[in-house]
Amino acid sequence: MTNVGFRARSVGQARRVLERYAQEVLLGGVLVALIVFFSIFGQGFLSQINITGIGQSATETGLLAIAETFVIVTGGIDLSVGAILGLAGVVGAKVMATNIGGGVPGVDIGAGIVVGLLVGGAAGLANGFMVVRMKLTPFVATLAMLGIAGGLTLVLTDGLTVLGTPAVVATMGNQVLAGYFTIPILVTIVAFVIGALYLHYSRFGRWAFAIGSNSSAAADAGIPVGRHVIKVYVLAGVMAGMAGLIDLMRLGTGSPLSGVNSNLTAIAAVVIGGASLFGGVATMTGTVLGTLILSVVLSGLVLTGLQPFWETVVTGILIAGAVGVQQLMRGNGR
Amino acid sequence: MSADSRQAEHGTDIPAPEGPGSGGPVGPAPSGVSQERIVLRLEDVSVRYGAVRALGGVNFVARQGEVVGLVGDNGAGKSTMVKVIAGTITPETGRIFVDDVERRWESPHAALAAGIETVFQDGGLAPHLSVASNLFLGREILRDGILGRMGFLNQGKMEAQAEQALAHIGMTRVPPGAGVGRLSGGQRQAVAVARPVVWARKILILDEPTNHLGVTEVVEVLRLVREVRSRGICVIFISHTLPYVIDVCDRIVTMRLGQVVSDYRAAEVTTDQLVSDMTGSSVAASL
Repeated sequence: MTNVGFRARSVGQARRVLERYAQEVLLGGVLVALIVFFSIFGQGFLSQINITGIGQSATETGLLAIAETFVIVTGGIDLSVGAILGLAGVVGAKVMATNIGGGVPGVDIGAGIVVGLLVGGAAGLANGFMVVRMKLTPFVATLAMLGIAGGLTLVLTDGLTVLGTPAVVATMGNQVLAGYFTIPILVTIVAFVIGALYLHYSRFGRWAFAIGSNSSAAADAGIPVGRHVIKVYVLAGVMAGMAGLIDLMRLGTGSPLSGVNSNLTAIAAVVIGGASLFGGVATMTGTVLGTLILSVVLSGLVLTGLQPFWETVVTGILIAGAVGVQQLMRGNGR
Repeated sequence: MSADSRQAEHGTDIPAPEGPGSGGPVGPAPSGVSQERIVLRLEDVSVRYGAVRALGGVNFVARQGEVVGLVGDNGAGKSTMVKVIAGTITPETGRIFVDDVERRWESPHAALAAGIETVFQDGGLAPHLSVASNLFLGREILRDGILGRMGFLNQGKMEAQAEQALAHIGMTRVPPGAGVGRLSGGQRQAVAVARPVVWARKILILDEPTNHLGVTEVVEVLRLVREVRSRGICVIFISHTLPYVIDVCDRIVTMRLGQVVSDYRAAEVTTDQLVSDMTGSSVAASL
């Protein structure tokens, strides 16, 4: 093959790769631009402590965004992940504080983790049951769960923070490793990698995409659509439960206020990452970038002196902007 | 673990192409009503949608290696009958026999496992997936070993097999890695038809496969139907375009108001006769 021919082929391949990953390239560019902007205008933005802080705050959003990605790929939506996070966190904290392990912290913590994950899974199962068996729309079903889980959290705690968890919990949640990392950050990174592998390279993910793309075609192809949708909601519940436990580790206490605004940020991260709310379109890389963009923006705005109350306003604007850009890109043939 | 459950767990390869008559007592491709064995028999099948009777005691047979046309006006019950055969709806009454064995489909997957493939009227493709992914939808090939047990896909093998299968049925212009959403309407319909064609082992049902197609694509679909028949597979062909039906079918069954009203050799029936049966009135009288 001639050099010219080889070069033309390479250019062609590079163009195809660029086209395929245009969304991710664009998001990566936005993320880099934001980091540059805030490192200039935000005092201490690139300090070690702030970078770890951004990572810590991204863990909750990130875990919920993984859950939301799977749900949104099927064409659904889960408005209850934040409330499930709060419920799993306080239940996990209560179990850890009951001293059922007879003073052995490992047993208390292990029991709290198991129960917290089970609570998340049970809430997800209830969501799946309402969507598949009761034929409620995902919006209505998970809105109902938002109320149920949020209410149960307050009932169980009387609106008060759950104290008395083993001290080692907070230590594990906040100890900095290798300069920048914490256990919650590492857990979230691992969850993203596993989530990406299962979303894009497994039959579980393939069926989720097929259901979101055309559920009738999926059913005609023999895919057990209802059962699979239930599994996806259970997964989302378990991930929300995990986010609740990570939140518990970071705070060292079970807060009934945890997860209050998390639905918005999780859905925003997924949408900013390029997912279509109509189903069938999403990438886990996009979700990672969406999560990081949100965390960088929210942290950066605080460092530039903006009041924290602007957080949700900015998140809303980002959602609208991201969806607008996607519409434009898809309108142009993407 | 049974062979069936292993197949369900790890997917399966596309069946190798078979010659005419393989797998059963099949002679040359039939030219009229086949004397081959009956592969599908419906007895007294009835279906209701609420107060509406969609099928009222339908009897129907289809033989190995024949193309049976199923015609009727809108609401005649053709698509409902297809859904019963394909396992997407359960009949209120009646019995379904495949190869003389009575079957009750618990799901469409059961019908697929019995060798019955269907192209539904709406195309039945997932537009956000690739051609290869659509071809293997519900039958994905998993990796060997522990990765396979964890549910990970062997995408390379699926794409290679998809390319071979598409080439075998003469579809070389559709790349298996291309997203279905980026194909033209004709190419999409071709892929929708190709999927069951490459998997068909016993019965292939095509519900309005020529809808929205240009002349070239229609010729391609009719060629695929003949190709499948030449493999000794029974084809049930549903279309409103009667010339296509008469052209490609060996036998034509007419339905009206949820019942079978006539059954002809294709070579011995006219369009007027079919229209008359479909509408319940004499075409000649109206002219």
